[in-house]
Amino acid sequence: MKTWLKSGAPWIWLNGGAVALCVVMVVGLIGLIAVRGFGHFWPADVLQTTIVDKSGEQHVILGERVRSETIPAAVARDGGYSLPEDVELVTRYLIKQGNRDVSGRDFNWYMETGMADWEYPENAMVIERREWGGFYGFPVALEQEGEVLFNSSEEGFWQALDEAVERSVELHDEITHIEKVDIGRINHELERIRLERRRMELDGADASALAEADAEFSARKAELDAQYRQVKAERDELYHQLERDTLVAEVASGTQVNIPLHNIVRVTRPNAMGVVGKMGQYLERFWEFLTDEPREANTEGGIFPAIFGTITMVLVMSIIVTPFGVLAAIYLREYAKQGPVLRLIRISVYNLAGVPSIVYGVFGLGFFVYFLGGSIDELFYPESLPAPTFGTPGLFWASLTLALLTLPVVIVSTEEGLSRIPTTIRQGSLALGATKSETLWKVVVPLATPAMMTGLILAIARAAGEVAPLMLVGVVKLAPSLPIDGNYPYLHLDQKIMHLGFHIYDVGFQSPNVEAARPLVYATALTLVLLIIVLNLTAIRIRNSLREKYRSASD
Amino acid sequence: MLETTDVAETNAPTETADSAAQYRAVVESHDNSARSDAEPHPHDRTESMSMENETIKLEVENLNLYYGEKRALNNISLDIPEKKVTAFIGPSGCGKSTLLRCFNRMNDLVDSCRIEGKILLDGDDIYRKSVDVAELRRQIGMVFQKPNPFPKSIYENVAYGLRLQGVKSKRTLDTVVENSLRGAALWDEVKDRLHDNAFGLSGGQQQRLVIARAIAIEPEVILLDEPASALDPISTLKIEELIYELKDKYTIVIVTHNMQQAARVSDYTAFMYMGDLIEFGDTDTLFTNPTEKQTEDYITGRYG
Repeated sequence: MKTWLKSGAPWIWLNGGAVALCVVMVVGLIGLIAVRGFGHFWPADVLQTTIVDKSGEQHVILGERVRSETIPAAVARDGGYSLPEDVELVTRYLIKQGNRDVSGRDFNWYMETGMADWEYPENAMVIERREWGGFYGFPVALEQEGEVLFNSSEEGFWQALDEAVERSVELHDEITHIEKVDIGRINHELERIRLERRRMELDGADASALAEADAEFSARKAELDAQYRQVKAERDELYHQLERDTLVAEVASGTQVNIPLHNIVRVTRPNAMGVVGKMGQYLERFWEFLTDEPREANTEGGIFPAIFGTITMVLVMSIIVTPFGVLAAIYLREYAKQGPVLRLIRISVYNLAGVPSIVYGVFGLGFFVYFLGGSIDELFYPESLPAPTFGTPGLFWASLTLALLTLPVVIVSTEEGLSRIPTTIRQGSLALGATKSETLWKVVVPLATPAMMTGLILAIARAAGEVAPLMLVGVVKLAPSLPIDGNYPYLHLDQKIMHLGFHIYDVGFQSPNVEAARPLVYATALTLVLLIIVLNLTAIRIRNSLREKYRSASD
Repeated sequence: MLETTDVAETNAPTETADSAAQYRAVVESHDNSARSDAEPHPHDRTESMSMENETIKLEVENLNLYYGEKRALNNISLDIPEKKVTAFIGPSGCGKSTLLRCFNRMNDLVDSCRIEGKILLDGDDIYRKSVDVAELRRQIGMVFQKPNPFPKSIYENVAYGLRLQGVKSKRTLDTVVENSLRGAALWDEVKDRLHDNAFGLSGGQQQRLVIARAIAIEPEVILLDEPASALDPISTLKIEELIYELKDKYTIVIVTHNMQQAARVSDYTAFMYMGDLIEFGDTDTLFTNPTEKQTEDYITGRYG
């Protein structure tokens, strides 16, 4: 035993154990998120069964089994269920039934007691709708302008339905495009005309000039109005076409429901699908999750605006923080006189890294948004006041706040990189008649770029995952448009954005529909982790290639 | 007794006149491709060397140097002749590198360093306030102990000094790079990979590259701070050979630990000890017939 202790083996085991524990935790974390998150997109089978409710009546239900749990029978009896005397434990199932418009609740618990066998009817269908969430039921007929086109028993019904759905989805996309892009552009132009006119008024243009400008403005306005009427007519025509078809369906209890096809995103029959079909469905739904916009208070649809917002914010942050951090580090390391003052500055900078991020949020809101933003508005955007342009939380302020938050990281690693550059290399350059700044910019800074990239990697990792300060300085639950679009000035730094981290918080805690939101929390968390990994890998690749380039210099 | 030790230690100083030729033969056998076109050096040691016959390039007058409170150089005065090789020898910490670094004002980089006295380059004090240090360093180039190429291509390393001076013409750069690399006896080894990273070269090649980099900007003086101490014997021989070549065009000052090296390559030698210049004279005399006891002790290996 003593020799074993002396041999140093316990230390190795201790160290190895620590590493193993870390690995287990990381793998467990990612695994949990991955299983829960990815599982959400798998089309589950739809079961049909009969249950007995509290009052002893029988109901037919149709839905997906979400999960089950075993509870003491006493609890169930307290809840009003009548159970046989000898039962001590009872299993209950959470069934996702959808049909919020018919039954009011889409997730329900049902006792196993009195439940009939489960069946998986082939023609049970699941419809994803733009309103009211999912629909679970059986098809009855497909109607076109009020006339029955196909009965569900007829051959060719499903094909006709699929075609009709495809058509309506295409029309819907077209309408969305018109509304977002064309009408959005016209509105943008109209707003600019209004602002230009207001600006002239504020600049104190005299009446004649204003009248002259007004003539021009109204001409432009008239042209835009004409465009608008044309686009609107186009859109109305599409709307009219969209309203052509209706699907008549029947819920499990037998009630018939008319579902207009423009309300349908997708119709599936999971029970009739093979594994391959489900796989295709899975990928389609996952892709939709990544590329679509959210619906129904973020509990359905995709998270594309949040992904886009996160990336844009991180990039803007990197663009701000890199030059600032690098210049500050160069000054601190190369030019500043080493002494107590510098030491104080350095300690302050290092300590900034330890300040809780919400504090940065408060600072960002108070200083950047209200003070700086307010001043910018007064100076440069007086025409749109009292509506604020930069005097309100937005992309730029969020990025700037995060830049401040990550500045210490960049400064510290850049300084470290600079201090590692061998003095012989500096002297070599100076001996050739280079000035200090020439040496710095031509030799030293290029050599320190890998260290700067390391700082940036750490900064990105921290910034992309930050939520608390962002809630104060520019991230919102639902942004009406993306921060980059086709309207001048293309990158809208003043706009509010969506963010994956905040999206998780919002869906998880602020959602009206907890059960529906739960898998989305995991899926979004997984996406955020993947996004950070991708951003980091990109930065690491860049750093490694730089390192390769300057390989032996630091040997 | 003294005679015999002397012979053993300094590679037969009485034969120094021939040592150049011997050494040349060694180099030639090692590196035929690079040196085959080199003609025998005209240098002849038998003709006695004397300061009176030399043009003075650098003149040190009563130089004192302090690091903070500590005095590192004591009242040094010496003259460096033009287009000759002057060697500084002495034990570690004697101030020879410090003195060398005074010539291109590298000591300016040390905050606590203070200088009294004068150093004249062609009669002008290089420590005058109006002197442009960068310009001075263009006139007085320097090669360091450890090869320090920049993290750039071989070509860019040599072109660095010229680019600093604003030379943009590709043709000029190409010519200068080739001539400098030829001048540093490196051209044949690297002409096919000019755009490869300089770190791919061996230590000896890197050191010659650094010399090429220094001569590319046509300095008047080249300072060599133990240029061969980090190199293997073959590379060392190549560097020494190169010094021979270069002294036709440049004034060379070399610091070395290696007394044989000083004896082989230099025309004049200064021996320093503890910040003092003990003895300065032509190499033959200094090694064969030193006037100071301390010099004698050092070159015979009694200390240092």
